[in-house]
Amino acid sequence: MRYIRPLSIEDASGLLAGSTGTAAILAGGSDLLVRMKGGFVEPDLIVDIKAIEGLSEIRETSEGFSIGAAVPCAVLGESKALKKAWPGVVEAANLIGSKQVQGRCTIVGNLCNASPAADSVPALVAAGAKAVVVGPGGRRTIAVEAVPTGPGKTSLAKGEIIEAILLDKRPPRSGDAYLRFIPRTEMDIAVVSAGVNLTLDEQGVVRVARVAVGAAAPTVLLVDEAAEVLIGSKLDEATLERLAKVCSGACRPIDDKRGTVEFRRKVAGVLAKRAATTAYARAGGK
Amino acid sequence: MNFDPRYLDRNFTSVGTRPIRPDGVDKVTGRARYGADFNMAGQLVGRVLRSPHAHATIRKIDTSKAEKLAGVKAVITAADLPDLTDGDAAMYDILDNCMARNKALYDGHAVAAVAAVDARTARQALKLIEVDYEVLPHVTDVDEAMKHSAPLINEATFTEGLEEKPVKPSNVTKRSQFGHGDVHQGFGHADFIVERSFKTEQTHQGYIEPHACVASVSSDGTADLWVCTQGHFVYRQHCAQLLGMEASKLRVTSSEIGGGFGGKTHVWAEPVALALSRKAGRPVKLVMTRDEVFRASGPTSATSIDIRIGARKDGTITAAEATLRYSSGPYAGTWAEIGAMTAFACYRLDNVKTVGYEVLVNRPKTAAYRAPSAPMAAFAVESAIDELAKEIGMDAVEFRIRNAAQEGTRSSYGPVYGPIGIGPTLEAVKNHPHMKAPLGKNQGRGMACGFWFNFGGQTCTDLNIGMDGSVSLAVGTVDVGGSRASLSLVAAEELGIAYEQVKAVVADTSSLGYNDMTDGSRGTFSSSMATISAARNAIKVLRERAAQMWDIPVDDVVWEKGHAIAKGEKHGNLGRLSLKEIATASGKTGGPIAGHSELVADGAGVSFATHICDIEVDPETGATRVLRYTVVQDAGKAVHPTYVEGQYQGGAAQGIGWALNEEYIYGKDGRLQNPGFLDYRIPVCSDLPMIDTQILEIPNPNHPYGVRGVGETSIVPPLAAIANAVSNAVGVRMTHIPMSPPRILAALEAEQAG
Repeated sequence: MRYIRPLSIEDASGLLAGSTGTAAILAGGSDLLVRMKGGFVEPDLIVDIKAIEGLSEIRETSEGFSIGAAVPCAVLGESKALKKAWPGVVEAANLIGSKQVQGRCTIVGNLCNASPAADSVPALVAAGAKAVVVGPGGRRTIAVEAVPTGPGKTSLAKGEIIEAILLDKRPPRSGDAYLRFIPRTEMDIAVVSAGVNLTLDEQGVVRVARVAVGAAAPTVLLVDEAAEVLIGSKLDEATLERLAKVCSGACRPIDDKRGTVEFRRKVAGVLAKRAATTAYARAGGK
Repeated sequence: MNFDPRYLDRNFTSVGTRPIRPDGVDKVTGRARYGADFNMAGQLVGRVLRSPHAHATIRKIDTSKAEKLAGVKAVITAADLPDLTDGDAAMYDILDNCMARNKALYDGHAVAAVAAVDARTARQALKLIEVDYEVLPHVTDVDEAMKHSAPLINEATFTEGLEEKPVKPSNVTKRSQFGHGDVHQGFGHADFIVERSFKTEQTHQGYIEPHACVASVSSDGTADLWVCTQGHFVYRQHCAQLLGMEASKLRVTSSEIGGGFGGKTHVWAEPVALALSRKAGRPVKLVMTRDEVFRASGPTSATSIDIRIGARKDGTITAAEATLRYSSGPYAGTWAEIGAMTAFACYRLDNVKTVGYEVLVNRPKTAAYRAPSAPMAAFAVESAIDELAKEIGMDAVEFRIRNAAQEGTRSSYGPVYGPIGIGPTLEAVKNHPHMKAPLGKNQGRGMACGFWFNFGGQTCTDLNIGMDGSVSLAVGTVDVGGSRASLSLVAAEELGIAYEQVKAVVADTSSLGYNDMTDGSRGTFSSSMATISAARNAIKVLRERAAQMWDIPVDDVVWEKGHAIAKGEKHGNLGRLSLKEIATASGKTGGPIAGHSELVADGAGVSFATHICDIEVDPETGATRVLRYTVVQDAGKAVHPTYVEGQYQGGAAQGIGWALNEEYIYGKDGRLQNPGFLDYRIPVCSDLPMIDTQILEIPNPNHPYGVRGVGETSIVPPLAAIANAVSNAVGVRMTHIPMSPPRILAALEAEQAG
């Protein structure tokens, strides 16, 4: 096994592109090291991206935020500006694993691990986040929902690395929220989850909405129909009930050790309703 | 040496205080040595190959490729652990469980093992072992396994305990029955009858430390074993028997223990490590992974229980009946029998009948888990009791008080009770402020009672007095819950010296006579009795030495507050001699001073507890939150109250996990789906409220200080207390443990659908 700690993203990409056998990217290692210790993977090459300049930074630009691929989730929680603009994304990132895990894990790692139950992903999808991908073919920017293609699988080609996640600057009267269901209070994986992102007009009417549901299909679902239910409403009781129904209907869950089909369907709707209510309040809606 | 164990009322100096534990500093600084912390020069890494099938015939195992791999020093199969059990069926099961012989009987069953120079080589070697399996149909559910159509796990199983020996084999190894009176007649006198069926899923003790040992077999046939265990003497006997050694040639040293709860009363890896070491000629360390602990150590039974209880309008129970089916894994057990004994033990019943069925399934061999079998029976009985109280229109606590067993009651399992604590715990609960605290929306309160026998057993202890007057206490019961602190307090109490002057250690198997395991809540009960006996023997020697120093008759010397005192007017001019003064002079008065004891600690007083629980249920998701929890339990005498409270809290915490989320989940393929702490959900700290405790002290007449075991009873009431609380919160009776959110939500939706 080779371990390399390159200093540029291009070198990292080149190493991965030129590798034979199994290659893995190491940032926080909260997925990779666990899988190695469990004997599930034995990579021939590990590329540690933490020494690459800029990858451990959150930058605030005129367009919004750029979160480097090696920024630990705990650091997101320490960024006042990010927390103010995207509280739903930050609360999702700060639900992963435990405090200790959050000190290492990254949202890019969470995205590329491609678990349908990843906590930060529904929040990122709802937020309309984008991923900056660097590869042998250069740099491109794609929607985060285009990254995972199924459990453990991504659309990234050999040699491609996500350099950063981009979040837009917030228009006024915007708010987002993320909720997941776990049977315990922490240290668990979402049985089902929902992220909601809203922008209101001056009258408190929802003008822009994005709704994502996690752990209810092979990938995180962006539920356009749910957004349509919310747009034009002030989140009255009937709207929330319709939102729940649409989200439940959009689910394509499975029965497994973490929950049943019926449970996931029902609770996806409940969580969407509750997340929408929180996002609406955060956007200043009454 | 005659020892009188009868209780005598007295004032205590050390017993009942709360000093810090002698093993505490090492444990919080990382110096303490647990099972995997022992190392030897030249030590190899042992790894076990396990069956991926729930049930399969092993046609052939080819280890030749693994043996040729560089760095592999030994490969073993069942052929290297030949059957030396000489018709002892229970030992044969242990042997077969350690290493499958003809059939793999569960997902995770050991089929071969290797010892190699490092972990990577050992892992590679496992991949090179070729096992030719013929996969057989399997059954993992206890009710399914009882059906005539179920695959047979052992074709030689003919149910014992039936009036006529059955002509066909089945998966039921035994039927047992307890009770007295005539239940048929009793139900005839009932105005109300509650009849319900319950299920509980299989849970694991969830100890944090996985099984670990280092085995070193010498070419002269002697051996050492360092191991994490609840009973090193029992491990020695079992390992010696399985490997064909004399017990005295095998020295077993117990490590610190990161939790056992009954799960470290059984050998799994140890005979394998010894066989590997014997073959390799080098020490072998074998440490189970968490995955292996779940798949292949000993969880508790899954159960299916039917209850029928009848009562008159005035609240008197007229008859009680239970049928209990407990899974025992693929080998015979007595788990349902214990469940059948404990089920109605809290109550005074004229007509009672319980029947237990031991059921084989393709799951790991069931091992003890804290008051084994009692929590499931209590869940079923206490749920039905609550329901019956509601039907009669009586308060749940009053109904129980009215029917509680008391001194002189013939218990449902046979014996007549001495002084017991069920009534006092119920009275304490009735008067507890918790019972009167207000509840909010979607919140419910439940309470339940629990019983455990407690055990005494064989115990051997040495107390040695150093020349400087300090005391070392060597005990043979592994310290799983702070017993070294408690036993030091007892030694200090008897000798009349300070707690700090006593240092207790757990001695190895070559340094003391045989001790039973630390199970049955016996550690402090039995070893304190042995410590008192040893201390009294030492005091006798101390008095003799003082008499010698003074040159007076020993009968004129008494022992008081750590000093020899000459009694009588003629010795008025003699001062006191301290323990230290006598010890310092011992080289000239006859040599070292020690007290020894060996005894069978009979008369472990039975134990009762009553718990109260408040719970909130989210009706939209089925999520639960334990808001408040109170444990009231009889300790006889709390030697170290902090550790008694710790036992109460620990049992409640484990019970809460069992009640709400913990369960073994098997796939259709018979493989365990959740062999890890991520998906086998024990509670984390933030899941639990502070668990309040109240210690009652109803002295055990059969112990000099009145001590009763306290370790196990605390896990008996929680399943029922929580089920009653959930039921009171949402108005739906929960009959399936764990009450996970999907189960609660499904029950609520079924209720709404009518």
